[in-house]
Amino acid sequence: MSDWLGIVVQGILTGGLYALFAAGLSMSFGILRIVNLAHGDLIVLACFVALMVVETLGLPALTSFIFVVPAMFALGYALQQGLLNRVIGNGELPPLLTTFGLSIVIQNSLLELFSADNRKLQAGAIEVQSLDLLPGVTVGWLPLLMFLCAVVLLALLHALFFRTRLGRAFRAAADDPRTLSHMGYEPKRIYALAMGTAMAVCAVAAVFMAVRTQFTPLSGPARLLFAFEAVIIGGMGSIWGTFLGALLLGVAQAVGAALDPVLETLAGHVLFFILLLLRPQGLIAKGK
Amino acid sequence: MPKVNEVMNPDRSAATRSLVAGGCCFLLCIVLGLAPWWLERASLLRAVEFAYYIALAQMWNLLAGYAGLMSIGQQMFVGIGAYVLYAMVIKLGWGVLPALLLAGSAALVIALPAALLLFRLRGAQFAIGSWVLAESVMLLVTRSEDLGGASGLSLPATAVRAMAASADERIQLIWWLALLLAIGSTLLVFLWLRSRQGLALTALRDNETAAAGLGVDTRRVKFAVYLAVAGMSGLIGALIFLNKLRISPGAAFSMSDWTASVIFIVVIGGIGSIEGPLLGALIFFALREVFAAYGAWYQILLGATAILVMIKAPRGVWGLLSARWGWSWLSVRRLLKN
Repeated sequence: MSDWLGIVVQGILTGGLYALFAAGLSMSFGILRIVNLAHGDLIVLACFVALMVVETLGLPALTSFIFVVPAMFALGYALQQGLLNRVIGNGELPPLLTTFGLSIVIQNSLLELFSADNRKLQAGAIEVQSLDLLPGVTVGWLPLLMFLCAVVLLALLHALFFRTRLGRAFRAAADDPRTLSHMGYEPKRIYALAMGTAMAVCAVAAVFMAVRTQFTPLSGPARLLFAFEAVIIGGMGSIWGTFLGALLLGVAQAVGAALDPVLETLAGHVLFFILLLLRPQGLIAKGK
Repeated sequence: MPKVNEVMNPDRSAATRSLVAGGCCFLLCIVLGLAPWWLERASLLRAVEFAYYIALAQMWNLLAGYAGLMSIGQQMFVGIGAYVLYAMVIKLGWGVLPALLLAGSAALVIALPAALLLFRLRGAQFAIGSWVLAESVMLLVTRSEDLGGASGLSLPATAVRAMAASADERIQLIWWLALLLAIGSTLLVFLWLRSRQGLALTALRDNETAAAGLGVDTRRVKFAVYLAVAGMSGLIGALIFLNKLRISPGAAFSMSDWTASVIFIVVIGGIGSIEGPLLGALIFFALREVFAAYGAWYQILLGATAILVMIKAPRGVWGLLSARWGWSWLSVRRLLKN
């Protein structure tokens, strides 16, 4: 019994990481109206940035945030201003196909630079330390830290959306982009800031991912699918809905993996399709 | 108001050009049908590949370019068709031709529940959803012992011999089937667009909201296109793996082979036109001949070209050509009389 409890707890903690993947994707859905097919590849790119920072500067793995987050914010901003802003506004096809091309470019550039070898960041002692959360349920410090960071970051995002001027602009862009310019904002700059923010969130997720699991230049698409599933399960436009969706996905995968390692991703996909069938608007749908 | 004959002249020349193009296409098909007599084996095999990519590209263009269904999970139907063929031939000892037909039908039937599920997702979300579904089917096949698991299946020698007496004859047969599928899928799109439903489809391509406002049952049109494309993709998939003589889940459900490459062909050639995929396939194969040896750099080049096309010429190379010279060879445009 406590075995299964342990598995569920593990799944929830992994779900924290998925929530961060998903928060970035949800922002690009909601605010930019772009389904960013390169989302997963950008996360993997951030993993490699973290790897380079750690290898060249010799920093402890978990402090590489200091460089990776601003770098990814700048990349997101530049990507939106330089490329994506030029293809939005003419239906969904151009941005979709542009990010599709981008995904192939990023994957293959990483392959050319880093080869297809498995990589991982070493974080030292914290990787093996654990604590007894409940009798019989032991969790590692690293997944716990990751989960807590995810909760704090999502709370910060929530505050950004609902307590700041920029957040108000983001929400306006999500509800009705035409009003943005009436409100005195430059829409394309707001979009660029939103993409930058989404990428900064992904950067945090990427550092944890790089420490927790092995990754290769081709690990991106799976991350895109997980993020997407979490967003749709939870319901569009709600940070906490996405969080809930990500936790459920994490649990489904953990339970699937416990039954048979091959079932890990499939269990997540099955949960996604069941919820799509029963509740296509998502668990926590934004009331309008 | 332009004068009537000013409007009429380009129309009549377009109609003439269509007729000329149609005649040329017919001659071309005959010449291509005779290819086994003027092409050596290696080139014929390459031509087979070219033909099935044209067929896949026409189908994806119909799906995404006209019906607005941006699926990135078409590898699902390619894989299903291919596995149905293998299962029928190996387990039940069916002949190749009936197995091919069943493969197409099976893909079409499976598309029905798939559509019911995926159509709950809108626009670009449908894209990723279709990919998740394709991945799920691949994982299921990987787990199936009967279908050979992750390592896959080979066509038994007896079945290969039953198809044709010699390797040369087998390749001939496969070439004719591939050519038939390439012509068939192009004709399917052409005739569909010239039919009454085609008008609805063109309206859908240009503006979905406006099309719905004009009384087009957009859901029904999309449904019909999704099913037809799935069936054809299953048929094409079965032929592809009949040619390869070996199948594995990774190869049959390959996103990069059966969807990504096809998207590049359609986007670069020109999405939302019949000529686009044909031109795109030529460009794609030319690029591959020259650059394939560069591996990852070649993929980077393709990705970058697709991005450039989206920024500079969303209607692709064919869009540029037809805008520059007013070309329209396989015209499906409707013109007002008088």
